[in-house]
Amino acid sequence: MNDAALDEVKAAPTKKPAAALSAVNRILRYSLVRIVMLFITVVIVIYLCVLVANMGGYVDEIRRGSIREEVSVAIFADQSPDIKGLTSAQKKELIEGRVALEVKRLGLDKPFIIRSFIFLKDAMTLNLGFAEQMVSDSGSKSVKLILLERLPPTLVLWGAANLLLFFLTLFIGLYLSRRYGSLLDRITLALAPTSSAPGWFYGLFLILIFAAVLKVLPFGGMVDAPPPESKLMYALSLGKHLILPVSAVIIANVFLGAYNQRTFFLIYSQEDYVEMAKAKGLTDREIERKYVLRPTLPTIITQFALTIITLWTGAPILETIFNWPGLGRALYRAIGLYDTPVIVGSQVIYAYLLAFTVFLLDFIYALVDPRVRVGAGGRKA
Amino acid sequence: MSNLRELVRYPAAVIGLLMISVLVGFAIYALATLPYDEAVRLWRGGEAIWYNTPKKAAPVWTNWFRKEDLPATITIDSADGSIVKTREQVSEDVTDIQFAYTFDYPYTTFPEDISIYFDTKYDEKPPHVSLTWLTPDGREIRIASMTAESSLVYRLDQDSKLERRLQLPDSIQSHEGLFMDPESEELVALPGVYTLQVSASVFEPESDVDAEVVIYGQVYGLAGTDHRRRDITVALLWGTPIALAFGLLAAIGTSVTTLVIAAIGTWYGGWVDALIQRITEVNLILPVLPILIMVGTFYSKSLWVILGVIILLGIFGGGIKTYRAIFLQVKESPYIEAAQAYGANDARIIFSYLLPRIIPTLVPNLVTLVPSFVFLEAALSVLGLGDPVMPTWGKVISDARVNGALYQGNYYWILQPSALLMLTGLAFSLVGFALDRIFNPRLRGR
Repeated sequence: MNDAALDEVKAAPTKKPAAALSAVNRILRYSLVRIVMLFITVVIVIYLCVLVANMGGYVDEIRRGSIREEVSVAIFADQSPDIKGLTSAQKKELIEGRVALEVKRLGLDKPFIIRSFIFLKDAMTLNLGFAEQMVSDSGSKSVKLILLERLPPTLVLWGAANLLLFFLTLFIGLYLSRRYGSLLDRITLALAPTSSAPGWFYGLFLILIFAAVLKVLPFGGMVDAPPPESKLMYALSLGKHLILPVSAVIIANVFLGAYNQRTFFLIYSQEDYVEMAKAKGLTDREIERKYVLRPTLPTIITQFALTIITLWTGAPILETIFNWPGLGRALYRAIGLYDTPVIVGSQVIYAYLLAFTVFLLDFIYALVDPRVRVGAGGRKA
Repeated sequence: MSNLRELVRYPAAVIGLLMISVLVGFAIYALATLPYDEAVRLWRGGEAIWYNTPKKAAPVWTNWFRKEDLPATITIDSADGSIVKTREQVSEDVTDIQFAYTFDYPYTTFPEDISIYFDTKYDEKPPHVSLTWLTPDGREIRIASMTAESSLVYRLDQDSKLERRLQLPDSIQSHEGLFMDPESEELVALPGVYTLQVSASVFEPESDVDAEVVIYGQVYGLAGTDHRRRDITVALLWGTPIALAFGLLAAIGTSVTTLVIAAIGTWYGGWVDALIQRITEVNLILPVLPILIMVGTFYSKSLWVILGVIILLGIFGGGIKTYRAIFLQVKESPYIEAAQAYGANDARIIFSYLLPRIIPTLVPNLVTLVPSFVFLEAALSVLGLGDPVMPTWGKVISDARVNGALYQGNYYWILQPSALLMLTGLAFSLVGFALDRIFNPRLRGR
């Protein structure tokens, strides 16, 4: 980031409305390019997952299983006299015949290369087949329903944890950069190595202390059983169950995060334009906001994007430890039941989730990065 | 070398190095005293290996923090010659064998259970055995009479006849009834010398009776036991070399491959560089843990297969971006130009001139990466995808969690492997942090 870019940022709002419009245009164009890029990435990632999963022919089995399921449901539900009158052996024959037809129609008898693209299309459109053993809360065996049902709890947990982590590291980082060398600063520095352990690991200790020994917070789960009737009580119960998993994520990441932010702010607060602002007699708060935080924000967001991606990767295990009824826990149960369609399906959902997270952060990045907004492209800071 | 000497100036690094040496010492001790096959046998051998250890017993050292010591396991075997047997011919066909186990029980707490493992020799007619219990205060309790087939196991608490005869309330188990102090209001064991008398009648001249009495304690060994009566020490000990080897190999594997790829990309530039950049971006949103889960479920849970997949997935890791930024600067240095001028080929420039320049960034990164892989292995184990053969820390945590250690208060079970994991994590990241400050002086003192 250089001074010229910064001047442009400050100049931007005072320009004509046309400038604002072009800024919106540029952000949209930037986001569109990123969407296309990310879409291609998701296609590649899901194709890789299909390849890994199908090396043992697992996806084939899933597809055949779901065709059989669909066909038999259709035949047994058929109330027309010609089918209802059949014996079970005749029905079975009918099912076999229709399954063979469907297999041919869907191209399951084609060579693997062609099939792999069929699977890719199915996966991309969330046509994930039927679970072998798991059932969604509404009683469906559709993998798509099972997984989508588990999505809101996951988003609640990780949304809360990530937002809190972001603002905590940011503010602690800023605070420490102001009090560089103080006792608190040195404590944070000393505690930074504790971030080598992941959240689930601290989760174990938190459960041990607060649930097992002190008995003040629940061992896991998302709400009390049975779930409270009123909305307020439900929210309170949810909040109570959120405390431990969210704390686990924060304890595992906050010290290193704050330490990195603070180092970063320290480097940036030695820039000439900050000295200049100090000379002008601006207050500390103003300097921090306009001259330190503002130009570093894009970089901070990029760093945070990387943190979130790492956290997503750890989601299955943290949710398992806390019995959180999210995607990760569904994945753990699927492993235990050896339910292959659900395992493969959750890969797809995770790929989408990661891509969406990256896109969201890219979009925010575009909003705050003056180079995208005022179009000072081509110049590297 | 001067860098290493500088390391000593950081107290955190010294502590970290000390911790690493403790771990390495622990690993060497494990390798030296317990061969791999023996460790696997002890860990997976089956009931025959761990029948005489208690179930879910806390480590012995937990007694230091208790007012009343919990009992250790008492094992007495009549076959090892420590007990004198008397043989007396009663009639033509019948011989009586008498012997007694006498032991001191200094605790006021109860043991976990009592089992008697018989080993009788006979051709056709198995001997008849009766057991009598003598308490320190002189009571005599008849326990049971039975026909002792060659490898009969008598478990005291499963004998419903004894339960009826002792006339205990439901909350008190039979073995507790034998040790109970009848004078006391509370349920406490009576310390003192107990005797278990065995009198057997054998019906063949060559026939003999031996038995191993196991009074299962509530504490065992240095690290306690798990739900299958296994000694956790084995897993803690052998988990150390496995964790260190796994962490180091994965860290070196991913860092070195990433480094070489970054160097090649930067040196050739153009489409090679662009391709590598794109692959890195794809790799970034690859769901690593779910893919490992898929590999673990569908193909193999072997630690080495998982290690291979981790390295494969890590080749195009996020490190490429950092390394690339540095290589781009180095590439423009005059000495590279000089190398080109004297006709050095691409491979020589990449491996002899570019790569060495990155070591200051590589070394701290590598050291800080080690714990993340150690924890990754543990995470896979907790998800039930641990190596099926090797005893690892993660598997101990997983067993503990699945078998309700947190609910039942068997905290030692989860805390010991966790402490070792934490020690590993802290050790490497303390050293990594210090190395980072030494190699990248821009951040020094910050």
